Amino acid sequence: MTDLTQTNLTQKQVRERIAARLASRHRKEKIFRGFGIASIAFGVLAVLVLFTDIISKGSSAFVQSQIQLQVNYDPAELGIDKVDQESLAWANFDGVIRNALRERFPDVTGRSEKRELYSLVSSGAGFDLRERLQNNPELLGQSETVWVNADDDVDTYVKSLSKSKDGFLGRTSEQKAVWINALRDSGELKKRFNKTFFTNGDSREPEQAGIRAALVGSLFTLLVTLVLSFPIGVAAAIYLEEFAPKNRWTDLIEVNINNLAAVPSIVFGLLGLAIFINFFELPRSAPLVGGLVLTLMTLPTIIISSRASLKSVPPSIREAAMGMGASRMQVVLHHVLPLAMPGMLTGAIIGMAQALGETAPLLMIGMVAFIVDVPHGITDPSTVLPVQIFLWADSPERAFVERTSAAIMVLLAVLITMNTCAVWLRKKLERRW
Amino acid sequence: MSTMTLNAGPAAAVGDSTAEQNLVNTKADIKTVGSPFCDDAKLRMRNVNVFYGETQAIHDVSLDIGRNQVVAMIGPSGCGKSTFLRCLNRMNDTIEGCRVEGELSLDGDPIYGAKVDVVPLRARVGMVFQKPNPFPKSIYDNVAYGPKIHGIASRRAELDEIVENSLRRAGLWNEVKDRLDKPGTGLSGGQQQRLCIARAIAVSPEVILMDEPCSALDPIATARIEELIDELRENYTIAIVTHSMQQAARVSQRTAYFHLGKLVEVNDTETVFTNPEHELTEAYITGRFG
Repeated sequence: MTDLTQTNLTQKQVRERIAARLASRHRKEKIFRGFGIASIAFGVLAVLVLFTDIISKGSSAFVQSQIQLQVNYDPAELGIDKVDQESLAWANFDGVIRNALRERFPDVTGRSEKRELYSLVSSGAGFDLRERLQNNPELLGQSETVWVNADDDVDTYVKSLSKSKDGFLGRTSEQKAVWINALRDSGELKKRFNKTFFTNGDSREPEQAGIRAALVGSLFTLLVTLVLSFPIGVAAAIYLEEFAPKNRWTDLIEVNINNLAAVPSIVFGLLGLAIFINFFELPRSAPLVGGLVLTLMTLPTIIISSRASLKSVPPSIREAAMGMGASRMQVVLHHVLPLAMPGMLTGAIIGMAQALGETAPLLMIGMVAFIVDVPHGITDPSTVLPVQIFLWADSPERAFVERTSAAIMVLLAVLITMNTCAVWLRKKLERRW
Repeated sequence: MSTMTLNAGPAAAVGDSTAEQNLVNTKADIKTVGSPFCDDAKLRMRNVNVFYGETQAIHDVSLDIGRNQVVAMIGPSGCGKSTFLRCLNRMNDTIEGCRVEGELSLDGDPIYGAKVDVVPLRARVGMVFQKPNPFPKSIYDNVAYGPKIHGIASRRAELDEIVENSLRRAGLWNEVKDRLDKPGTGLSGGQQQRLCIARAIAVSPEVILMDEPCSALDPIATARIEELIDELRENYTIAIVTHSMQQAARVSQRTAYFHLGKLVEVNDTETVFTNPEHELTEAYITGRFG
């Protein structure tokens, strides 16, 4: 029985009371919806600002000023008579480039002027020529036209020209600017696709620095993390949810898992340093150790989300399977797990995304080291994308600014790819009810 | 326990007479009247007590369920009839803090005990639930699941045969034979429940437990299931919990009336509904409380 009949209100009075409150009820609903829309708009705006900022700063890193040179692989200048590993290592490719530059600007005389001229070209250009000669030994003694990377100061100046008429000279001298403009006018200096950025590891010279080592390092680290944390996390969740007795011990474990999720990640880094590197003596700076540390960090996320998705499987399915005489293991494997899998995957991907962006714990285990080589396995020293971003953001050279943003773009691209995979997998695995 | 009160009508009539209130709330010792035992018992239950933690849900119930017999269990909500039914294939094991005492046996084999494996037990005692709960798999896979996990069929052809026979016996074959690969969840409620019955009989159980199998179905689907129960009686022993007294009267040979966790009366269905021995039974079937 309701209050209505007891207070003896007439139907008319009841209608009036409802009508009196109607306006305020609708208003509250409108306000609530307004809040919702406002917060979504704020979120979208923040993302837009972030993306515009990063893309506007970073997109220029995907092109690089290159200078066209007529080089002569003169054996005398190179100081070699045949093309083999040993002689190439000693060959004087810088001399070849200097010759080419002098030929292009024959008027330049004087020591300091010449040094200024040579610094138009990246100090790493010699390595490119060496590689070229190694792949084409018949070029020895021949001459050819090649594009070599310009120095980062030149690159910065050239790129600034598109923003203002005079451009940003910075460390570039007036004399150099004259040469650069001469080269630009004759089409011998062009902004071309920056292949180096995708093929090289880190470098002190911005024009030679690339994202490859960090990207591969990140992938190896994530691979280790995924291979370890997903099976362990899912197994732990299944045991706790489906098999473990509910008692004080399992309560304690649950509380601890939840606490673990809230532990600052740098603590995991210290733990990894103490246990994996100092005690087990695993190699420093390696994706293996990075993956282990990130596994510790990701496990609570995966366990908690897996348990939540196991809990959301309707008990009627469990009862149905159990009523058929399925063993507990069969109930879990045949019925519960397939239904919980999409949710578990979502949790795993969130955990992986978190791990991909994690920097602090990796600093502790040495993945912040300056590593030039692209890692070939999980025990090779390497760095990861967020640490690379941190390193570049810390570098004084102006050309690293755009590279930092470009690295962020690569990191975001990896993240978006991962999330897309997750959504696709979830759609594929989701069963219609 | 949720109540689908198909017979909700009389509820309003409760209340005025204090004498009847006392009758309903009586905590006095209820002794089972009627004939709880039979000679050819498939299931024998003696002095069964069930506890949920500290609360006792079933008090000292003794009952036999005869071979190829349909026994209906009726009683007001919360009287423990579903709890009792779920003891028979140990579905209560999954409930935290549930404890079952007493002797329960199936053809002389104990149901409870340290050495008893629930997997073969549940293959012998199948169950159909209140809400149709087909697996989110194809119709074929739903029926084939039991035979598969128990390794009953050795060849695909044999499995096909089991699936077809089970669906035929559940009266569903003609409706689904062209769409065996479609999800079982896409069927109507009544069809889903018959699919669940087909799934249960696919492992050739000896006993089928039905926990309010028609409470989520419309009258036509209900009638269809009731017919089916009658047909199934030839081969199986059936224990059915129902809230509908008409249903109990239509499908069962014996009826057990539960009240507050106690078994009040067991008799032939006809006797229970025409000439109940116990005043509580009479009060319930005449709709004085429910």
